[in-house]
Amino acid sequence: MEFLVNMKAAKHDHGHQAVPSNLTLRVKALESLLVEKGLVDPAALDALIDTYEHKVGPRNGARVVARAWVDHAYKERLLTDATAAIEELGYTGEQGEHMMVVANGPKVHNLIVCTLCSCYPWAVLGLPPVWYKSAPYRSRAVIEPRGVLREFGLELPEDVEIRVWDSTAEIRYLVLPERPPGSEKLSEEELAALVTRDAMVGVAKVKLPHTAANL
Amino acid sequence: MNSVHDMGGMHGMGPIQYERNEPVFHEPWEARIFALNRAVRAWRTWTTDASRHAVELIPASEYLRMSYYEQRLHSLVELMVKTGLVTRAEVENGRPAPGSPKAVPALIGSAVPGMLAKGRPKNREVRVAARFKVGQRVRARNIHPTGHTRLPRYARGKLGTIHLDHGVYVFPDTNADSLGEKPQHLYSVGFAARELWGEQASSRDAVYLDMWDDYLECA
Repeated sequence: MEFLVNMKAAKHDHGHQAVPSNLTLRVKALESLLVEKGLVDPAALDALIDTYEHKVGPRNGARVVARAWVDHAYKERLLTDATAAIEELGYTGEQGEHMMVVANGPKVHNLIVCTLCSCYPWAVLGLPPVWYKSAPYRSRAVIEPRGVLREFGLELPEDVEIRVWDSTAEIRYLVLPERPPGSEKLSEEELAALVTRDAMVGVAKVKLPHTAANL
Repeated sequence: MNSVHDMGGMHGMGPIQYERNEPVFHEPWEARIFALNRAVRAWRTWTTDASRHAVELIPASEYLRMSYYEQRLHSLVELMVKTGLVTRAEVENGRPAPGSPKAVPALIGSAVPGMLAKGRPKNREVRVAARFKVGQRVRARNIHPTGHTRLPRYARGKLGTIHLDHGVYVFPDTNADSLGEKPQHLYSVGFAARELWGEQASSRDAVYLDMWDDYLECA
């Protein structure tokens, strides 16, 4: 319930809507200065934005997860050399140069955070959501992971070990969630469609659609 | 530096504000400042570590008030002025100083996919001896550098165990400040939640941090 109130509050306060016109003008002025000085190419800016708005996002990570669920040998490679295994599917480069995949199980749950800034595995998840970059998540994930997960609607039993991965260096983390029970007959593609960004950060589990509808 | 960016374990930041179906960018200016940062970075006049440090240097009260992309606007301007790509007067006027030369962009549109695919690996193929072994008990040093560091306050002085040796990586504390890459072994170090937070934490839980040789000492 508290969670719903928070989500409603989020609509009205991202902390960056108070002075949009001022920031719009400042960024516009900076861009035109840099273009006029020949320091940036506007076409490069458009290509960068298009990449992260339309091409690189959580669907990449979802394909990695689904492959690991259906192909045991791939899962082994993913857990021993994540960077190379992820590159097999064509995802590589910027903020995915050094990857590590941590697997959830019946008694282990992994959670990813960056307490010092907002490090995030762009190559497989795209750019991070506002909550991941925000002070509440960054400050609390390490000291009270169970409380944070509860806010996301995920209550974990006491006998589950929680491992929080604080991305303090250049290693970028991806959670391999548990394959949901009842998904045995689904194809790799159908499985990938179930995998959410939140599950790959570790703040949610992967559910079958009918399970989600019952909540 | 012990500023507010190092927020692991802090209280008072409030509940998590989750937005369903969140767009990649909320405003066009956010997309532009994101792209400007990546495009100017192609000039390689500063390191990734220096850009993180520039964000940390934002005064604490301002840092908390600003959104992520407003912080990046601020740090981009500071770094460009510091490294001489632009002058503060040019930023204020929004146009180049009279008679200033026109450069050729370091990153053109067609080069973007290649640049992103390549990324910027931070590991180094140099032979450096590892000071610690997997399974070894270690203590995170109790140090308080005034410059850039990736050793969070909440782990300083705490006992952990080397979980993995990632290999040799650029050391951010020196690399942020033009003091060189000082490549050294980087480890995944596991800390019991109770070692970090006391009895309030679950006895089963753990926090893993990536730590360089220079952050650690024998336990």
